[in-house]
Amino acid sequence: MASYTLTINNKMLTVDVLPDTPLLWVLRDELNLVGTKFGCGIAQCGACTVLMNDNAIRSCSYPVSAVGTNKITTIEGLSENGDHPVQKAWDEMDVPQCGYCQAGQVMAAVALLKRKPHPTDEDINAAMSNICRCGTYVRIRKAIHLAAGNSGSK
Amino acid sequence: MKQVPSNISRRHFLKITSLAGGGVLFGFEMLANVTETVADAPLFSPNAYLSIDPQGIITLLAPNPEIGQGVKTSIPMLLAEELDVDWNKVVVTQAVFDKEKYGNQSAGGSGAIRGRYEPIRKAGAVARQMLIAAAAQTWNVPEQECSTENGFVLHKASGKKLSYGELATKSASMPVPDNIKLKDPKDFKIIGKRINNIDNKGILTGKPLFGIDTRREGMLFCMVSRPPAFGKKLKSFDDTETRKIPGVKNVVRTDTVVAVLASNTWAAKKGRDALKVEWEDASKLESTTDHLAAFKSLVQQKSDKPDRNDGNVEQALSGARKVIESIYEVPVLSHAPMEPINFFADVKDGKADLYGPTQVPGKAISDVAKALGIAEANITLGLPRQGGGFGRKLRADNVVEAALISAAAKAPIQMLWTREDDMQGDFYRPNGMYRYQAAINANNELDGWYLSAAALNAGRAAAPENFPAGALANYRCDSHGVTSNIQTGPWRAPTHNAIGFAEQSFLDEIAHELKKDPIVFRLELLEKAKTSPVGKVNYDIEKFKSVINLVSQMSNWGKNTPGRFKGFAAYYSFNTYVAEVAEISVVNGKPKVHKVWAAVNCGQVVNLSGAENQVQGAIVDGLGHAWYTELTFDKGAVQQKNFNTYKMMRMADAPPEVEVQFVATHEAPTGLGEPALPPIAAVVCNAIFAATGKRIRKLPFGNEKL
Repeated sequence: MASYTLTINNKMLTVDVLPDTPLLWVLRDELNLVGTKFGCGIAQCGACTVLMNDNAIRSCSYPVSAVGTNKITTIEGLSENGDHPVQKAWDEMDVPQCGYCQAGQVMAAVALLKRKPHPTDEDINAAMSNICRCGTYVRIRKAIHLAAGNSGSK
Repeated sequence: MKQVPSNISRRHFLKITSLAGGGVLFGFEMLANVTETVADAPLFSPNAYLSIDPQGIITLLAPNPEIGQGVKTSIPMLLAEELDVDWNKVVVTQAVFDKEKYGNQSAGGSGAIRGRYEPIRKAGAVARQMLIAAAAQTWNVPEQECSTENGFVLHKASGKKLSYGELATKSASMPVPDNIKLKDPKDFKIIGKRINNIDNKGILTGKPLFGIDTRREGMLFCMVSRPPAFGKKLKSFDDTETRKIPGVKNVVRTDTVVAVLASNTWAAKKGRDALKVEWEDASKLESTTDHLAAFKSLVQQKSDKPDRNDGNVEQALSGARKVIESIYEVPVLSHAPMEPINFFADVKDGKADLYGPTQVPGKAISDVAKALGIAEANITLGLPRQGGGFGRKLRADNVVEAALISAAAKAPIQMLWTREDDMQGDFYRPNGMYRYQAAINANNELDGWYLSAAALNAGRAAAPENFPAGALANYRCDSHGVTSNIQTGPWRAPTHNAIGFAEQSFLDEIAHELKKDPIVFRLELLEKAKTSPVGKVNYDIEKFKSVINLVSQMSNWGKNTPGRFKGFAAYYSFNTYVAEVAEISVVNGKPKVHKVWAAVNCGQVVNLSGAENQVQGAIVDGLGHAWYTELTFDKGAVQQKNFNTYKMMRMADAPPEVEVQFVATHEAPTGLGEPALPPIAAVVCNAIFAATGKRIRKLPFGNEKL
């Protein structure tokens, strides 16, 4: 076991875990931040997506020992009141069906918009590789355009 | 207004339950299939779907499990409509499992809305009627002079107005109306409108809505070692290395599996992976290649008992000017819901407290009661939001497994499967093979249709009543099953998900052979079924035509942008009619789906946003699985263990646009979670044929070079 002090959602939090523990399980099991989801465990599906600084990472395959002083943002820390433009756009387009993958989709979209404030369809295709088993991609695409304020997005 | 018997009498009605806040719970017992003679018996028992407190807080209960099909939103919408309240002011709560109160609480067969539409509306309407009675008595005016609006009873003549909250206590003592009036659909304010998913806020802020998010005092995280192949069973295990891992608290076994319990998931997983388990062969270790060889032989055979047999197909085929013959094939699929299989169980002192994802809470309780040898009455089951179902959770194996482990460990546990566990432990969509023959007569007409189908563990491998049965003088459908120890079960639109592809592709083949437009060809056959039906016609011809004509208009069928090609199919399942068109191009041997149009007749749409989302999702789901996804077995072991090899649709290949239109109708709702899925594979494969001349007869089509 080893002790790690992590910066998560702008708070310093210390956990005592096995060094190879994926960040996902630290968030879910140690810190009770269960909004970040487990889907595949091999960085394929993206349900576990969180931000490290401004980049999307797949926390199921990111060992806690490698996080260091990087700032982690989870869905719980994205906004105070659930009113981040991406969250609002997701609600406005009524994207979720089962909803399980959507926290990861939202975090992936937030990272995309930080990098490209006005993404094209091709940018969205390239950046959004998370799996939605319910098949809400049509609405995810529209929600990203809406959050970006792209014209003709509705 | 439509008059319907309320099915509720005073005797059955109204346990007035004081709530903590002094409010009144309206409990309605609804007679479903119970006669008056047993009226004093605890019928379907007291149903409690809504409550109103004196502050005016209106709580609506969602009785069925939410698996992504939208019923936590749409069923309370039915209540709110008839109760006549402002949707933005209601509180929606998920019911726990209670078959006495809530009747059938399963989620499957696209049945929740179909089964709930009238009873739930009545529950709302009765409450509204009693609120009116309470107001009328308060004001000493006739009930007929009172009306309701957005949570108030109004007496327009005097301008008096009371809120439902103000009337709550008094209305509980009002007589239960004998006849209740359901709204005329033209007056609907909520049903048919776009209402957002009730849990959007929780989903989008990461609230603990799902079974996997359960955290209880003293709970241990659990991972399980299960047989690595069908046909193997547990012999022995050595947990020496497992117990050395920090965080591992216990290792227990049940009859079939070994479970590792730990203070966190990672320790449980490491501990599970460190077990040295010996498995032994219990039955044959089967491979997909064996099954395919068996199918190949079976589809050449006739069945002693055809599923349907009109006229004389053999004669039609032997006398045909031309016989078209094709063999179609679909692979095994896994359900792979995004939320991996899990369940919380706390079994102690002859009682079980259960919480987690299941589509069949009633079956879960009875299976657990049997497995533990305790009474159903000693089991409680809570229903969280679920990260997808697709039919996987129609079996309660996960619930039973968690309960047995908790009993063995004498601790509250959360059992979680990894994705690899899920891929090896599913009840799969069976693979199948479908041999079709079509007889084209001297007049260049289709007058004979033969299908010989074979599928894994199939009781009935085909859907023998499907169109074009009824339109053809000679029609026969045979089916064969190959018995296997590889578990199979219902997968979104069971049987239809395979047959839809095969049959709708074959119809397209015939249309091309006859040099007919595929839509015109279907419409002509439907006309034949109308004017000279043969045997039972299992579909509504006008409804079928209505969706075909609608999608034809929507997609501008017959007019193509250069370089783009269209495909069409239409399918009837779960009492719903769906016709779809896809527009594609083929670039570098790979299809690109630009747009899909869908026309749907599912009766009255309840939630327009949710309904459209279901159709869009079913199309993406069906298309993705047709494109890349297959599961194969080698000696009982699944060969695609996770999403790196079991490929799912992602954004880049998903159609950027799926335009959905519903036929406007106020007929009672029919199924919607499944019916848009069966046609889409054929729609896109038919478009691929239009683009390339290549006929796809085997899924997934992504394996084919175009």
